[in-house]
Amino acid sequence: MASVSLNGIEKNYGAVNVIKGIDLAVEEGEFVALVGPSGCGKSTLLRMIAGLEEITAGEIEIGDRIVNDLTPRERNIAMVFQSYALYPHMSVAKNLSFNLELSKVPKDEIARRVDEAARMLELEEMLERKPSQLSGGQRQRVAMGRAIVRNPSVFLFDEPLSNLDAKLRVQMRGEIKTLHKKVGTTSIYVTHDQIEAMTLADRVVVLNGGVIQQVGTPMDLYMRPVNLFVAAFIGSPGMNMLDGEAASRDGTPVVRLPGGAELEWQPEGQVREGLPVTVGLRPEHLTLEGTGNSLTGSIDYVEPTGGLTFYNLDLGQRPHITVAISGATDMRREGPMTVSITPDLVHVFDRESGQRISV
Amino acid sequence: MTDTPDRGSFVIAARQVIGGLFKGKTSEDGMAGEKATLVWVTNLSVLALVLLWIFPTLGLFVSSFRTGDQITASGWWSAMFPSEQTIQVRTADPDENRVEVDGGFYVVSGDFADDGLTASVGAWGVSSRDIGAYEPGQTADLGDGQTFLVNEDGTYEWRGTDEQISGRGQRVFVDAVVPPSFTLDNYNFVLFDPANSQGMARAFFNTLTVVIPATIIPILVAAFAAYALAWMDFPGRALLIATIVGLLVVPLQLALIPLLTLHNAIGIGKGYLGTWLAHTGFGLPLAIYLLRNYMVGLPRDIIENAKVDGATDFQIFTRIILPLSFPALASFAIFQFLWTWNDLLVALVFLIDSSGQTTVMTRQLVEMLGTRGGDWEVLATSAFVSMAVPLVVFFAMQRYLVRGLLAGSVK
Repeated sequence: MASVSLNGIEKNYGAVNVIKGIDLAVEEGEFVALVGPSGCGKSTLLRMIAGLEEITAGEIEIGDRIVNDLTPRERNIAMVFQSYALYPHMSVAKNLSFNLELSKVPKDEIARRVDEAARMLELEEMLERKPSQLSGGQRQRVAMGRAIVRNPSVFLFDEPLSNLDAKLRVQMRGEIKTLHKKVGTTSIYVTHDQIEAMTLADRVVVLNGGVIQQVGTPMDLYMRPVNLFVAAFIGSPGMNMLDGEAASRDGTPVVRLPGGAELEWQPEGQVREGLPVTVGLRPEHLTLEGTGNSLTGSIDYVEPTGGLTFYNLDLGQRPHITVAISGATDMRREGPMTVSITPDLVHVFDRESGQRISV
Repeated sequence: MTDTPDRGSFVIAARQVIGGLFKGKTSEDGMAGEKATLVWVTNLSVLALVLLWIFPTLGLFVSSFRTGDQITASGWWSAMFPSEQTIQVRTADPDENRVEVDGGFYVVSGDFADDGLTASVGAWGVSSRDIGAYEPGQTADLGDGQTFLVNEDGTYEWRGTDEQISGRGQRVFVDAVVPPSFTLDNYNFVLFDPANSQGMARAFFNTLTVVIPATIIPILVAAFAAYALAWMDFPGRALLIATIVGLLVVPLQLALIPLLTLHNAIGIGKGYLGTWLAHTGFGLPLAIYLLRNYMVGLPRDIIENAKVDGATDFQIFTRIILPLSFPALASFAIFQFLWTWNDLLVALVFLIDSSGQTTVMTRQLVEMLGTRGGDWEVLATSAFVSMAVPLVVFFAMQRYLVRGLLAGSVK
């Protein structure tokens, strides 16, 4: 086990600058998720940590060693690939033991470790099978088993669940979490699925355009997104974004929406009146019960999903907002609806810079 | 029988054709009628090719089990069925075999089977003007009380006076149904007869001596090269690949004389070593090209995973790439085997000297065409001996042949 730290990492492909200076410290035993839209450089970053990709500038430290010029083997990392990358011509047992054989571990030691990993991942029954005879979930488990047996200092996961169907994905997500609890190895997990990142990670790193947008615990990102990108990226369904301008009503700071509605909020520091802002309201923070600080619109359509019911509300300005109400409410409800929100849950961003200006 | 000079371009063209057919079959656009027509054209062409191949091969095969007389008398296609032939036989000598019966009459009886007539007797006759005059079991009246009887099983009875049953035996024409008969004598003669100076046994082993190393060496070299060109980063890689593709279309004949001069100059001279080197050199561009195309299609993740697992390039090559490339290796091995097996030109230039000890089968066949042009049974047998191994190889490995060809072109 080891900590990982990235200092000023950059990556160029010819003239194209895909990673633009990344600093990140991953504690020993921590589970960190790198999340971002496709093309944001998260996989490239992971491959640079693995040693599969050259580093243009900056330093990567694993433990206390700078590993920039070390081969993947010397870095002592294990990687789980999106396609599993099992060796198709080898049995499961051979797949698990391949790297131990390469590092000349004694035979009985190999057998012991393979058995242990197989037991942990419930693969004992299929040790003699070929990968082609396994289901997707089983292949995924073999890929993880291959990472476990060698006892690496860091686990790297490159979108390991994206080839699985939705149900299996939830199950494997649970298994990865259990596994990390059991072995406690430092893990870096790349995904484009923010739910995976939020549920698995101790800390989530949101990347966009080769730059870190925000690093924080899942709840940090959810409750205090630092800019419009993170606010829009984290949370499902997405945050409602409304244009407005900063104003004040009897000394209380408010955001005035084009339709005339006003929402109280809690600014951080001084905010100039008339500043164009974007207000972010999470659908699940809008309630029917509250009084004051409310918005009224007419219901466009209703989407029941069982636990939550989504109302699409027309406030007289684009875009419509989504309101999530828990429990079975009146599905055929039509006409006007008033929802309210407490001022501390109103996220306000400077529209020009995109930075958060509320508390 | 000579080496095809531009085998590379032939294979590329074949791949395009096959690829095109597959696309035509699977593509979603285009009319259904066009597709059906295409399928028909494909099936008919395949049928035509199969027939074109089957008939000569079968003909050679059947002929190699027949005697020279049989080959001259009837076509190979009739060899499988009983044939009706008119055979001339003669009774036993009457002066020695006649038996006197009631008063001045003599009888000669016997069995034509003793004279080599193995078939059952059909119509028969005693005159060359009317050879099918009588049925079996019918007694023929030859005039003046002389009679003749032939039964279906070949037994006969010839009855007449002292004067009639004398002199030479009676000539009889028999329509006989001869069952098919085959012989292994040709093979015995061609392969094992020490008196046969143009036997195929030595040539067969000479050919094997040429072919086996000439197949293995290029595959070994090409597999290493293909891995490097597919998965190792080094400056000039693209240029090297382009050069190899360019070499595919260089005709072999261009290099024959310079290469032979070189062999003589460095002391290899004419011999097996020179032939192996020549076959290796001429086979390498296609081998590298085919294998590289296959290897480059292997999943990158698997190779990277092996790197993370700590495998060196050599370990990745031997433990991952080689086993996964087996279909492509097998397919090229089949090609190279068949080409070198059927090669005459390279063997003539680089191997066969005046001693005649190193002659190969193709050369032996050419010689035989000159010296024994009329002995069809020997020619057919020798030809079939030279075909036998390629046939076995083809039928045993055909699935690799198709899979390896399509690899990389149709995904």
